[in-house]
Amino acid sequence: MRVALFLTCVNDTLYPDTGRAVVRLLTRLGVDVDFPAAQTCCGQAHYNTGYRHEAEPLARHFAEVFREYEAIVTPSGSCGAMVRELYPRMGERARAEGRGGALAATVAPVVPKTYELTEFLVDVLGVTDVGAYYPHTVTYHPTCHGLRSLGLGDRPLKLLRAVKGLELVELPGAEECCGFGGTFAVKNADVSAAMGTDKVRNAESTGAEVLCAADNSCLMHIGGTMSRLRVGMRPVHIAEILANTEEGAAV
Amino acid sequence: MSGTYLGMPAFPEAARAAVRDRTLRGNLRHATHTIRAKRAKAVTEVSDWAELREAGRRIKDHTLRHLDRYLVRVEEAVTAAGGTVHWAADADEANRIVTALVEETGESEVVKVKSMATQEIGLNEALEAAGIRAYETDLAELIVQLGKDRPSHILVPAIHRNRGEIRDIFRAEMSEWGRPAPEGLTDTPAELAEAARLHLREKFLRAKVGVSGANFVVAETGTLVVVESEGNGRMCLTLPETLISVVGIEKIVPTWRDLEVFLQTLPRSSTAERMNPYTSMWTGTTDEDGPRTFHLVLLDNGRTDTLADEVGRQALRCIRCSACLNVCPVYERAGGHAYGSVYPGPIGAILSPQLRGTGSDIDASLPYASSLCGACYEVCPVAIDIPEVLVHLRERVVQGGPATRRGNKVLLKPAKGHAAERAAMRAAQWAFAHPGVLRTGQRLASRTRRFHPRTLPGPGRAWTGSRDLPAVPAEPFRDWWQRTRGGEDGTK
Ligand code: SF4
Repeated sequence: MRVALFLTCVNDTLYPDTGRAVVRLLTRLGVDVDFPAAQTCCGQAHYNTGYRHEAEPLARHFAEVFREYEAIVTPSGSCGAMVRELYPRMGERARAEGRGGALAATVAPVVPKTYELTEFLVDVLGVTDVGAYYPHTVTYHPTCHGLRSLGLGDRPLKLLRAVKGLELVELPGAEECCGFGGTFAVKNADVSAAMGTDKVRNAESTGAEVLCAADNSCLMHIGGTMSRLRVGMRPVHIAEILANTEEGAAV
Repeated sequence: MSGTYLGMPAFPEAARAAVRDRTLRGNLRHATHTIRAKRAKAVTEVSDWAELREAGRRIKDHTLRHLDRYLVRVEEAVTAAGGTVHWAADADEANRIVTALVEETGESEVVKVKSMATQEIGLNEALEAAGIRAYETDLAELIVQLGKDRPSHILVPAIHRNRGEIRDIFRAEMSEWGRPAPEGLTDTPAELAEAARLHLREKFLRAKVGVSGANFVVAETGTLVVVESEGNGRMCLTLPETLISVVGIEKIVPTWRDLEVFLQTLPRSSTAERMNPYTSMWTGTTDEDGPRTFHLVLLDNGRTDTLADEVGRQALRCIRCSACLNVCPVYERAGGHAYGSVYPGPIGAILSPQLRGTGSDIDASLPYASSLCGACYEVCPVAIDIPEVLVHLRERVVQGGPATRRGNKVLLKPAKGHAAERAAMRAAQWAFAHPGVLRTGQRLASRTRRFHPRTLPGPGRAWTGSRDLPAVPAEPFRDWWQRTRGGEDGTK
């Protein structure tokens, strides 16, 4: 199977370890992974801040870069939701504005082929035990887009439960937003920080060593808050946990 | 809307004080989390909740699409039943109509059923200016009125107050408005309720004019419906000689069968009750019972403009259950007052900038008062995709575009203060459209990473004020890939 990694601009620039972890994990599971170098950004920040017209060329670019692949895998719930939920909506809006169906037709082929990582593992590869080893106490934060837009459900938890050595502890108020929300974190910094603090305090109360999520944007916000509050916990992307094996590089 | 809100600062500033007020945040957290959990349970009891939600959405959409027809039907039915219908294009006109109607009765006092529409138009203030005193009879609304406060929640306007604060307000203010609070009043719920009861009973028995809103108007018979928990509303609806109901034009449902859906979804969504304790319905007038004179004031006040917007019009489906407020993490921290409107929370963030336009600071900032977490959409019993409308209104704020104001098509200019952001977004889009530019930027960031400050200037300060930024890695992923083609190379 020829699978493309859609890493996202945030991961590419700030979290290359997550990208390497996805490559390592998928390769271990027998998937032939490619990274189309022409990829950039899905346009989520543009779209969500109100710059729909600026997001359109990025959607078109995405569709052109990834058109050839059988599947497109991304370690980001919110960018996955952007492609799956919002690209079709952008196409419809363009049509409603009398600009024809070109955008809709361009994005249509990539929409059903785009998977968030845990979805791809569980639904497409049909695995929940990826042979990982991670001897730490972990609590899981289901990010809003993963939870509500993509409906990841308990897929990430199934994967985590199968990891050897990992002790999973429940996060109180897990379904509440961490307060990141893209530009929301800057535009409404006080409210965003209050939400982040509550998330971190809840995480702290679990006694876990690691807070794990399937989206580095949320982890950047939560981790930045942990660091500022001097909470002795680490934010780790789920891909980095799943990529870890007894023999392989320890995280 | 009400003049009280003119000149409100933008949401972020208005929210700042609330975020730091520990009592307020404690009150809100406690109240919203309690009702949130109860609602979730009440909803799971209904096996066909998803179908009810879908039915509610369809009924509302159908009615809105044919609103012109149903409005005429309502007017015919109400008139045939002995009532009088008045049309109000905006708040001023509605206030003028109601004031004149009260003046005609020769009375200088009215009792009021809790009503969002009359708050929206600032009716109490308008009546006061004409020398007419309006008494709120809903318990929470009474607390707000006595406390010279503003409502902060659709269903529980005094949600930001705790019992101790309420006792203090009753003790200090009740005598101003009528029967004083009993001696030695404590903050036990029973005593507080009894104090309110004694105070209000006097008003009910004396009042000759009642003013209400309505949750629904059934078009086929011209019947108005109010649902409530306390029974005070029913007193106002039945005891006075004259009843004036001010109702938004979106409150119509075509038939009694349609009502069935909402009488199931509204109480469970709002108070987590299986059925609301009081459902009052009135159709025109009857000789033997209830008010002798009935006036229905149908209020537009920005609603037909909202209806003209394909994406935004879904906000008019709202049945004001307030479920979206109770699950909203932003509302929970910012409090209702920060929204600068009688409609706070997620629904307020999409409704107010549509009803009032996005011209003021507060209205231009409301579409951004959300992290787009989607919890509001998930609970909404009429499936309003609030995040979708928020993003749509953000677009209106930053790019301008077509809109309808007072029935005229207008081309809105972008709101002030977004020029720098727009330039940055365009630059980013340009870089993203050119992968080579993106790579150069990434490499530059990597090479200069030792010099990156821990706190940022400009808009970035908002981030580093409360969070630490991640360190930029030595090598962006795409360079690693190019170097190794995904083969591990020992460096991590
Ligand atoms: S938007 Fe939906 S959830 Fe919010 S008050 Fe209206 S009907 Fe209720």
